[in-house]
Amino acid sequence: MKKASILMIFGPLFLLGLYIFPLWNIMLGAPQYPDPLGLNIHINGLKGVSEFDIQNIDGLNHYIGMHTLPKAEDMWEFSTFPMVIGIMVALGVLIGFLGYFNKVSYKWFLGWFVLMSIMGILGMYDFNEWLVDYGTNLDPNAIMKLTNPDGTAMTYKPPLLGHVKMLNFDVTSIPASGGWLMFVGMMLTLAAGFLGWKNTKKQ
Amino acid sequence: MKIHNHFIMTMGAALMLVSCGQQNQSSNGALSSSAAEKVYVAPGEQDEFYAFLSGGYSGNLTVYGLPSGRMFKEIPVFSQFPTSGYGYSEETVPMLNTSHGFVPWDDLHHPDISQTNGELDGRWIFVNGNNTPRIARVDLSTFETAEIIEVPNSAGNHSSSFITENTEYVVAGTRFAVPVPQRDMSISEYKGNFKGALTFISVDPEHGHMAIKFQLLMPGFNYDLSHPGRGKSHGWFFFTTYNTEEANTLLEVNASQNDKDFIAAINWKKIEEYVNNGGGTKMPANYAHNVYDEHSHTGTSTMRKEVLTVDPTKVPGAVYFLPTPKSPHGCDVDPSGEYIIGNGKLSADLTVHSFDKMIAAIEGEKFDGEAYGIPILKFEDVLAGQVKSGGLGPLHTEFDGKGNAYTTFFISSEVVKWKLGTWEVIDRKPTYYSVGHLMIPGGNSRKPFGQYVVAMNKITKDRYLPTGPEMEHSAQIYDISGDKMELIYDFPTHGEPHYAAGCPAELLAPKSQKIYRLDENQHPYAVTTADGSKVVRDGKEVHVYMSTIRSHFTPDNIEGIKVGDKVYFHITNHEQDFDVPHGFSILGQNSSELLVMPGQTKTSVWEPKQVGVWPFYCTDFCSALHQEMQGYVRVSPANSNTELKWSLGE
Repeated sequence: MKKASILMIFGPLFLLGLYIFPLWNIMLGAPQYPDPLGLNIHINGLKGVSEFDIQNIDGLNHYIGMHTLPKAEDMWEFSTFPMVIGIMVALGVLIGFLGYFNKVSYKWFLGWFVLMSIMGILGMYDFNEWLVDYGTNLDPNAIMKLTNPDGTAMTYKPPLLGHVKMLNFDVTSIPASGGWLMFVGMMLTLAAGFLGWKNTKKQ
Repeated sequence: MKIHNHFIMTMGAALMLVSCGQQNQSSNGALSSSAAEKVYVAPGEQDEFYAFLSGGYSGNLTVYGLPSGRMFKEIPVFSQFPTSGYGYSEETVPMLNTSHGFVPWDDLHHPDISQTNGELDGRWIFVNGNNTPRIARVDLSTFETAEIIEVPNSAGNHSSSFITENTEYVVAGTRFAVPVPQRDMSISEYKGNFKGALTFISVDPEHGHMAIKFQLLMPGFNYDLSHPGRGKSHGWFFFTTYNTEEANTLLEVNASQNDKDFIAAINWKKIEEYVNNGGGTKMPANYAHNVYDEHSHTGTSTMRKEVLTVDPTKVPGAVYFLPTPKSPHGCDVDPSGEYIIGNGKLSADLTVHSFDKMIAAIEGEKFDGEAYGIPILKFEDVLAGQVKSGGLGPLHTEFDGKGNAYTTFFISSEVVKWKLGTWEVIDRKPTYYSVGHLMIPGGNSRKPFGQYVVAMNKITKDRYLPTGPEMEHSAQIYDISGDKMELIYDFPTHGEPHYAAGCPAELLAPKSQKIYRLDENQHPYAVTTADGSKVVRDGKEVHVYMSTIRSHFTPDNIEGIKVGDKVYFHITNHEQDFDVPHGFSILGQNSSELLVMPGQTKTSVWEPKQVGVWPFYCTDFCSALHQEMQGYVRVSPANSNTELKWSLGE
């Protein structure tokens, strides 16, 4: 149980990486953008991969009537997510220590993992909702109003995960370093739960 | 003498015929697959080297890639350039100011890239204006002209703009001897009265700013070309001279009488010490110093009123003459700094002087008389060797860093490869036709990159599809990585390239600037925020603070302008994206368009002469909505009361 608890103490700490590194990354490449434009999604706001990328993405998107990318103060998520992550890290570390001193069982470890997973899925759902709004809630006076072959208005929702060809742009959306750190951290807590469970069986 | 000239002309003609005969052979060579592969830079790939070719009478500097011969940019330096508005925009007009007023043109000859410890460092490239003597510094992160300094007491600024091995000085020598200071006197009194000023311009090591440190007032010979000592000869500078006869008319005959002219060896460190200790004479002067500030995007011109002159006879041990046969043209120093090559343009041979022998001769005080108080060394005492080239009319020599030298021969139209030390000729290849300078990247530094040599020719004739009597000049690229030179490419250049300078691509490409930062724009009329645009009237002057972003001007409707107004359009490009310039032009503009880079501000003056509604538009195809990037200015009669107003999207 000691080994499992140590994993449980360290696993949640990996989530602290989210305060520095981006959770998600969307890259937009096109023939005239050999160095693609890029958007890093941090838990506290959006940042360009290169300094002026946000300004340049907004500049291009105004042709098709997309809204400008939100500033940190424009979305409640960017103030709430850092708090949620902070609380979850503290909670996870606390559970780890309690486990170390045999105050709680491995089930608490798994409980943290499940809670964090639910929150993660909710976060993804919320993120996807924003992507839908961003890509479909278009200015009716847009300069270019394009239609699909079936006659419906073209929309521009970036993919949640993976690659999509959108007009002249190749859009690729994948987890970024902060996201991977969170994944590793969560796997550690899952391993902590599994080790704890094995320990209990042995005894 | 006339017989002698006829002989050379005949020989030249004969050798041209020989060259023509050889042409088919080598053309086949150039078409062989290996030559094609060597110069082929596939789509999307980039060249190994930058080459900066002087534009000669275009007044500008062109940037090419090697080995492809593709031209990337023309950098406006001494000539007005309507493409960008250089020399037309309010910000750049001061760059072309001189003591003779606004001079919108010059003859640009000799680019030289800045060096540290004798190796190319790629910070700046210096170029000379030959006609109205000027030296310019081009910044190699923006590839724009950053500074121009006029050179007083000089005329035909030809033995310029060569730098010392740590870029301590950029050196500018006069071709014409002239009265110093200029005065009204009989031309026939030239001999003994005119002077030849060699100007040492210090370069600030951090910012590159130029200032005339001193002018050495030499005897009134013609100072043709120069190069710095390097390595052990660092601290010396060598100038070829012609017209040591001091003829003032029919120079082609009268300046070709002396069997030997001189290479002047100048110990500039000694003179620097002399002036640092208070030596020299301050002389009233009047010359322009024009500096472009990258943050205010504005050039300012300041007139300087004094120059420090040095009489060479007052600094013992600082100046010597090395007799050199046959009106030497190019003056080139090998990478080790030991050999000083005088390219005697009226002969078949090259004269190579030895720096060590020169020092020994000076220490042994073995002089062969003097000229105007300057000791002349004995030819035999300083001679290292002679290259019996078999060619005619040697002009310029460059080095490959592997112990070989390459010399151009104008009359026999060829490049000859020879070995330093043994003076044996290794190879020769024809050029098409009548080659002037040649360039190996780093070929006049301690560390040449001996991969290619570019030969720049004076005569084009049949090399390309004919374009009437006037054609661009031709250049050839040779692969010099093997024992034998191989002609691999032939391409037209722009203007008349004289000298060129080249360097590896990786020295410049990574630091080439992509945009100017809008948040660092300090132009007094810049609009740095989206809502900062305005129009301000001040009497008959109207200042339009206008911004551009894809795909509109702010404002795009302006009313209240009157006939007789002087309207300043200050255009700030709000883009911060690489390669998204916007242009500005307005009907009836008496200057040129503006091409405004991201983050930059430029100003065009418009003086409307007719009542009406006049359009302006973006001249650079900036975006899919480029064609819509347009606006109107309403011009009312001079005595009208039309309210001054401006708008966008109302």
